[in-house]
Amino acid sequence: MEQGAAGGSSAAAAASAAAAGTGGLLLPLSETEQQRYSELFSRCCPPPEAAAGGSSVGELFRASQLPPDTLHQITEVCGAKRVGYFGPAQFYIALKLIAAAQSGFPVRIESIKNELPLPRFMALKNDTEVRFGTPADLHGVKFQVPHATLEKNSYKRTDEGDKQEPKSPPMSPICSPPASPSTYQRIPLSYGYGKARSGLEQQHGAPYEVRHSTHQQDGPSSGNYGAKSSLTCSTPKRSLSVEREQQDSSTHYSDDPWRITEEQRDYYINQFRSLQPDLNAFISGSVAKNFFTKSKLPIPELSHIWELSDVDCDGALTLPEFCAAFHLVVARKNGYQLPETLPETLLPEYLQAASLKPMRDCALLDSYSEPLPGSQQTRDFSRTEKSSAEEIPDNSALLQDGKKDDKQGAKISTTLKTIPKEFQHLTVKTAAQESNALKARPRSRSYSSTSIEDAMKKGEEPPTPPPRPQKSHSRASSLDLNKIFQQNTQAVRSGWLPPPPPALPPRPSVSQTEQPSEVDLHPQMNRPPSQTEENSSAKKEVVLAQPPSKPARRKLRTEAQGLETPELSPTINVTSSQPAAKAHLPVQKQSSRQKRAIQTAIRKNKEANAVLTRLNSELQQQLKEVHKERIALETQLEQLRPVTVL
Amino acid sequence: VLVSVISSPQNYPLYIRSVPTENELKFHYTVHTSLDVVDEKISAMGKALVDQRELYLGLLYPTEDYKVYGYVTNSKVKFVMVVDSSNTALRDNEIRSMFRKLHNSYTDIMCNPFYNPGDRIHSRAFDNMVNSMMMQVC
Repeated sequence: MEQGAAGGSSAAAAASAAAAGTGGLLLPLSETEQQRYSELFSRCCPPPEAAAGGSSVGELFRASQLPPDTLHQITEVCGAKRVGYFGPAQFYIALKLIAAAQSGFPVRIESIKNELPLPRFMALKNDTEVRFGTPADLHGVKFQVPHATLEKNSYKRTDEGDKQEPKSPPMSPICSPPASPSTYQRIPLSYGYGKARSGLEQQHGAPYEVRHSTHQQDGPSSGNYGAKSSLTCSTPKRSLSVEREQQDSSTHYSDDPWRITEEQRDYYINQFRSLQPDLNAFISGSVAKNFFTKSKLPIPELSHIWELSDVDCDGALTLPEFCAAFHLVVARKNGYQLPETLPETLLPEYLQAASLKPMRDCALLDSYSEPLPGSQQTRDFSRTEKSSAEEIPDNSALLQDGKKDDKQGAKISTTLKTIPKEFQHLTVKTAAQESNALKARPRSRSYSSTSIEDAMKKGEEPPTPPPRPQKSHSRASSLDLNKIFQQNTQAVRSGWLPPPPPALPPRPSVSQTEQPSEVDLHPQMNRPPSQTEENSSAKKEVVLAQPPSKPARRKLRTEAQGLETPELSPTINVTSSQPAAKAHLPVQKQSSRQKRAIQTAIRKNKEANAVLTRLNSELQQQLKEVHKERIALETQLEQLRPVTVL
Repeated sequence: VLVSVISSPQNYPLYIRSVPTENELKFHYTVHTSLDVVDEKISAMGKALVDQRELYLGLLYPTEDYKVYGYVTNSKVKFVMVVDSSNTALRDNEIRSMFRKLHNSYTDIMCNPFYNPGDRIHSRAFDNMVNSMMMQVC
């Protein structure tokens, strides 16, 4: 630490120089900042020179990952351009400006008068020993902020894919909490391991723990403070796995902080998997909420992050949406301000195109049909009454997929299971199995347990109320449709807006047409995927679903539900009978599709008719009233006339 | 111009935003008094069938300075809009479309699992939408 000592001694001198050098502007530098800046300065310019070399300074600035024009601005503002070199004063001012820019403030002298977090530089080769501290540190400081920072550091290191430890700046504030600013971003919080909070969190922390580390034995009991050992085990485990991951990658953070690196993406995908084994499925709103609440960001921020990342506003997160949300959380915790709109690199289509290309074909069916159960569940858990209605239209689409049947059946069946047991079961299963059928069942039970738990909490039941055309549901489903076929959620959102204004009547019918069209599309998309057992069961459902048509929509669903429960077990048996079944199914499918199309058209027209007749009757009513008024006025006029015409 | 969202059972405002920020108290008072009219209209609609058209309550009552429009959702969340009477250019259709946009944004907020119904609405997207709408009007 002689560097530190030397830094300390020169810090005082440098600080005063900084004060003097800025022409009267007294820059308050906290102790940590002084230390840090002097270290950086001494690295950039080996003493006893008074000025930092331009090249090393330039390198350092580039490592701060600000855009080049910002760096130019900074150099101008700090006066280096004026004096021609980076003296200590200029250097310190520049560092402060970098910190300001990284926190989102404009590059001005005024902005650095406030207290700021230390500037972050990537690819710095210093402070190795400070980095995580030792494993002893990890164990020693559990629920405290320092531990949390270490946690965050290891985490962030993964994110940046950087072998070095650029995170010493966040480290040092921890060492001197009083000196550090009390702004929110300065209070790093342990991600997912801070059980010191509410009981609710710990309850959900438990499943998170269990899921995350399969070798945890005390998952269920990891509520409250009794889980210290598990926490510490999981923390180093996580950091170790994180280290392993990061050593694999060599890509750095690109200049754009909103770009997700490969390593980050892998990490997010793993996290996604821990919440939802099927990568093409959705994470429901409540599950995501619990997960992100563990990051200890305040609720308004999380709310904003959700708004940004849930592009199709269906209350559930797909994998790209989840990656975007996670990335935003990470960025926020590292001090970046949240943007007002989602950056381009975090858009779901961008992320999806970048990462999920190979999975896309298989994903088509699942992700498409998944939104319905996903949205369905979130609507159940969210407190709108529309939730229950969604289930009905969703159910018909759910028929298509055997997996969904499992889920649905488990959901409907109100078997109560304890949460920890469920998630343990889930982890065991996910660790053990390969086939989709097996995978579906634990997932379905996890859904059921979540749904039961949430339903119990909110006092709702997973019911089947009368079908109601809900525009939010139809929007979600139509969006999902478009998402699959056009991979263009942007267009979808804009595309959806025009239809509502012109015609209210079409909307209920649109929702109805969408459901049958979803049903149509399912058989089509059932073909490509390799999950043939679902195909056959789906085809059977389709055929069975055909005869009970519109008026019996409710009956259809109850029938379907009845079918689903027996489907639960024979899903595997279906595979054996599948080849024979598949042969004659296509033919039936064609005619059924046509029939269905006609039926939907009929339904649509009937709805339009009904609404128009209603409109007509009301207008007639108004016309009658106006007539009456006119007659009344005319009689009045007549009464007055003999008076005037004498 | 003023827009407000009022939750159903307790009739307290979830969101109030007005563009000319003076006279805000008067607007608040107007909204509060117009709730009576809204409730009256809701109870008058005794029909079992509720469709989209009936969500729009129309002109609640005009006073000398301004007009009040109401809209109620299926979950009995009320939207009230107060506009200046001098804005004769505002037609019924425009008001309807504004309410529809409000309703859509409101459901978007509901989708957010971090939002508890009954909380005040802090969503930036909602704010932006409301602001842009009100800019259009004024």
